[in-house]
Amino acid sequence: MGVMTAVTVPAGAVKVRLTAEEKRARILGGVYFALALFVLWAFALGVDSNLDATFKLSLPRDRVKDVEWAVNTRLVGYIVAAILAFLGGVQLTRGFAKRGNLVLGIGLLLFVLSFLAWAAAGTSFSLVGMLTSTVLLSVPVTLGGLTGVMCERVAVINIGIEGQLLSAAFVGTIVGSAFGQWTGLIAATLTGALLGAVLAVLAIKYQVDQIIAGVFINIFALGLTSFLATRVLGPNPDLNSPDRFTVIEIPLLKDIPVLGNLFFKHNLFVYATFLLVVALQVGLYYTRWGLRSRSVGEHPKAADTVGINVFRTRYLNVILGGMIAGFGGAFLTLGSTGRFEENMTAGVGFIGLAAMIFGRWNPSGVLGAALVFGFARSLQQKLGILGTPIPSEFLAMAPYIVTIIVVAGLVGRARPPAADGQPYVKQ
Amino acid sequence: MSEPMEPQGEPQPPASEEKPDGGAVWRDITGVGSRIRSALLVPALALVSALLIGGFIIAVSDTDLLKLWGEDPGAAFSDTLALVGRSYKALFDGSLGSANAVSETLFAATPLILAGLAVAVGFQAGLFNIGGEGQMLAGGMVGLYIGFTLSVPTVLHIPLALIGAVIGGGIWGGISGLLKARTGAHEVITTIMLNFIALFFVDYLLKSSIFQQPGRADPISKSIETTAQLPRILGSSYRVTLGFLIALAAAGFVYWLLYKSSIGFEFRAVGYNPDAAKYAGMNVVWLYVGVMAVAGALAGIGGANQIMGLPPYQGSSGFSGQIGFDAIALALLGRSHPVGVVWAGLLFGALTAGGRQLQGAELIPIDLVVVIQALIIVFIAAPALVRAMYRIKGEGEAAEQLTRGWAS
Repeated sequence: MGVMTAVTVPAGAVKVRLTAEEKRARILGGVYFALALFVLWAFALGVDSNLDATFKLSLPRDRVKDVEWAVNTRLVGYIVAAILAFLGGVQLTRGFAKRGNLVLGIGLLLFVLSFLAWAAAGTSFSLVGMLTSTVLLSVPVTLGGLTGVMCERVAVINIGIEGQLLSAAFVGTIVGSAFGQWTGLIAATLTGALLGAVLAVLAIKYQVDQIIAGVFINIFALGLTSFLATRVLGPNPDLNSPDRFTVIEIPLLKDIPVLGNLFFKHNLFVYATFLLVVALQVGLYYTRWGLRSRSVGEHPKAADTVGINVFRTRYLNVILGGMIAGFGGAFLTLGSTGRFEENMTAGVGFIGLAAMIFGRWNPSGVLGAALVFGFARSLQQKLGILGTPIPSEFLAMAPYIVTIIVVAGLVGRARPPAADGQPYVKQ
Repeated sequence: MSEPMEPQGEPQPPASEEKPDGGAVWRDITGVGSRIRSALLVPALALVSALLIGGFIIAVSDTDLLKLWGEDPGAAFSDTLALVGRSYKALFDGSLGSANAVSETLFAATPLILAGLAVAVGFQAGLFNIGGEGQMLAGGMVGLYIGFTLSVPTVLHIPLALIGAVIGGGIWGGISGLLKARTGAHEVITTIMLNFIALFFVDYLLKSSIFQQPGRADPISKSIETTAQLPRILGSSYRVTLGFLIALAAAGFVYWLLYKSSIGFEFRAVGYNPDAAKYAGMNVVWLYVGVMAVAGALAGIGGANQIMGLPPYQGSSGFSGQIGFDAIALALLGRSHPVGVVWAGLLFGALTAGGRQLQGAELIPIDLVVVIQALIIVFIAAPALVRAMYRIKGEGEAAEQLTRGWAS
């Protein structure tokens, strides 16, 4: 009896309501039109017709100097509004099928371009500077997201990424100050591994609710690092001034206009992050380890039946994931500011988690999502310098609002690994 | 083929979520263990263990003491014992050692109980509300606005400001409920994000001409009218206010709501099994919104207490002061039961008041209290860990699964 009602109820519901996809397509179409109208009103008609925005495409120390791109703000507004309206029309009439998200991305990029042209109207704006800091800001988010991918692909939810980053940043600065930055990096990575192991033991051995285990790691890390920062780093400031990893410029490639600054003038962490994304993408889909990990995350019982050690796979991946977070934590102190501050992660771990969902549990997707978040943060910082009428608090909110929109599925429903969050009990 | 009914109360390892035994069902619904002794044993051991580890952290984080170990281990040992002893004494003196200390404990417990109830209500409905911070800020801002704009007698002003806080916090919490119900967005992510959004929005509002104290450039609001200040209930020299009684009343209300009202039954039903609740004809969408709105309202009162209950009676940046996060440990310690939350709130209030004394007397950062709270969380969430540490014979009690993964 129970089975019959379970079948008939949703069947009836489908006939009356639009499917989620149809609903989403209509909302998206509306969004395009709304954006088009907004661009027309605010970024085109709202500015003087003779104002130009100058985008600087090179930095002062570059070999090819003073590359600039001057555009008329109002003209850009007209063009972008027209394209957005066109996209809205296509979306509502026939849709973009599988390219929906790509088109959405392009649409939003055009919107941002028009916005920048408005913000920089009558002055100049270092576009390359902003994009370079986008890459830097996306590094910890990417590493946090990759940690999430490592853990969740084997069905262990890791909410504790934030705490892993923070602890590793702290250990990195102390050990780095005392024994040099390489030792600091190793110690930070091991700290991440240790906290990964804590999560693994709690989640796998003790079957603690995984989200609570992660929250424990976050609160513990925040409390302990703040406590020790005041008690140990406060009176010993020389323990909080490690040598930072220096920038390694890649010969020849660094002189490519725009791209050289964006990708080839960074320190070890940035290059390693890109390599890690590639390695994990390949590893997850083309190696035995990847196949085993994915099967443990999707259907642990089936994996167990064919002889895969579910527990060992989970321990391995969660600890490796912790090491990635530890590497990310080291970036925050040894690769970036060179100094530990209380609660310096400020939500980066959670944004990494959102990047994982946005990136649909794929390493390459995580990188893409992290770049979007990095862009939002970078925009906020640079617009503060330009002095737009938008309050800086609203710009600061942007990444968090984007995260909510992402997890609410406006960019399409993401499907997590089937066994995500469930402890496995061997029969 | 249907499965035979489980005999009531038969001890059986609750191996999976699908087949809980009668005792587990009872424990899940009431939030307390079937036997009082067993229910109190793990929290008590958790607290003791957390305090012991806290003492250890104090000892090993003292750099002077660490150097002394190399030179004179005997002196280092006695100094360490003395330091840890003094620390526990300061913790006790600051929380229970005098009438003023007790007042400080109740004063600190007030917002903790309110925010703890907000988390507990969520847990009872299977939702993990990490948004206490944002909900406190949202409720507090509405209370603040009513506090400095209206000029009415106290008997009207305080209730009006609190109702405003209930609405503000309720809406902020309700957003997460609506997002979960309509789009499946996990409340853990949305509540955390709404915390950040509230934080920045409050900063913005506090610098706007509506809220900002004239003549100030930093985010500080005008002071509320004296008619909106919560009166002190034990005389003007003790800081505990009417807010404490309001917190107790809120706990009573939550008890009534969860265990005596039909809507509370639906809250707990959706927490126990959302699918079953749906097929029993309950409107899961509105239940999620309702649960989060009630939770947000409770936290909102807690936020208003941070403005109406203590000098300088102003709003400042991030006035929720991490209490929304402390509330998570508190709700776990109280096993998500209103009475448990009150006791846990008093305990955490004592830890906070004692922690302030510790910071003043021994220069030990109050963040230590956060570490102790985190340890309490993990020991409570993993009863098997505590049992293993103290070699207590287990009764096959598996860790509770209080939340659900992304998919649900």
